[in-house]
Amino acid sequence: MSKIVRAAADFLYPFVMIFGFYIVLHGHLTPGGGFQGGAVIATGIALMFAAHRYREISLIFKKAIFNVCETFGLLMFITFGFAGIFFGKSFLYNWMVNIPGMLFGEAVAYGQNAGNLNTGGIIPLLNIAVGVEVLGALSLIIYYMLTYVVKMGVNKEDAS
Amino acid sequence: MTIAFAIQIIILTGLVLIGLLVFYLKDLLHAAIAFAAFSFLMSVEFYILQAPDVAIAEAGIGAGITTAILIQAVRSTTRKEFDN
Repeated sequence: MSKIVRAAADFLYPFVMIFGFYIVLHGHLTPGGGFQGGAVIATGIALMFAAHRYREISLIFKKAIFNVCETFGLLMFITFGFAGIFFGKSFLYNWMVNIPGMLFGEAVAYGQNAGNLNTGGIIPLLNIAVGVEVLGALSLIIYYMLTYVVKMGVNKEDAS
Repeated sequence: MTIAFAIQIIILTGLVLIGLLVFYLKDLLHAAIAFAAFSFLMSVEFYILQAPDVAIAEAGIGAGITTAILIQAVRSTTRKEFDN
């Protein structure tokens, strides 16, 4: 792509990533959640893939990183699900909620949403797991598209 | 007529116009960008209808990832659409 597109993508990339991680982390308080935040993060990565050449971008974003992200997200979700069974309750039982001192363990205040990030038990952790999984999966789709674009060798800009 | 109703009429008219634009544009890169604009207007419409969840998903997937995939497909094939 042209120099204007590359400069705009480089400028917008950190803001898109921070907004995506904000949506993932505040999934239990505000609209959005793991899937939406992961889609926004993958949008930032797709922006870099669309703006830069394959030769330069494949040095920064490796295919193995996205594979690890996808697998790690799925494993984290299933692990937190089966931890409920391990504690003697059902699958995906919220065993971390309302325990003072535990991570994300504070009780939710009554009434209007106070915006306390340290609540929710395993729900924020499941949001993070889904976010990491969606980030890896959607980025892999973009990556394989670009790989076949380069393999076919139609475009002179990418092949060079 | 409230302001939200007027904004909705503007957005729905724009959706129809951009949809026709996507159909009639012969340059496929322009059509992909028009499709991104269609998705953006769709996202604003979802937000006005009080579904911010769906609006974020539509903005991320529709305007971002679909456009990137379409642009990469245009880069690997021809840019102009041919009339048979």
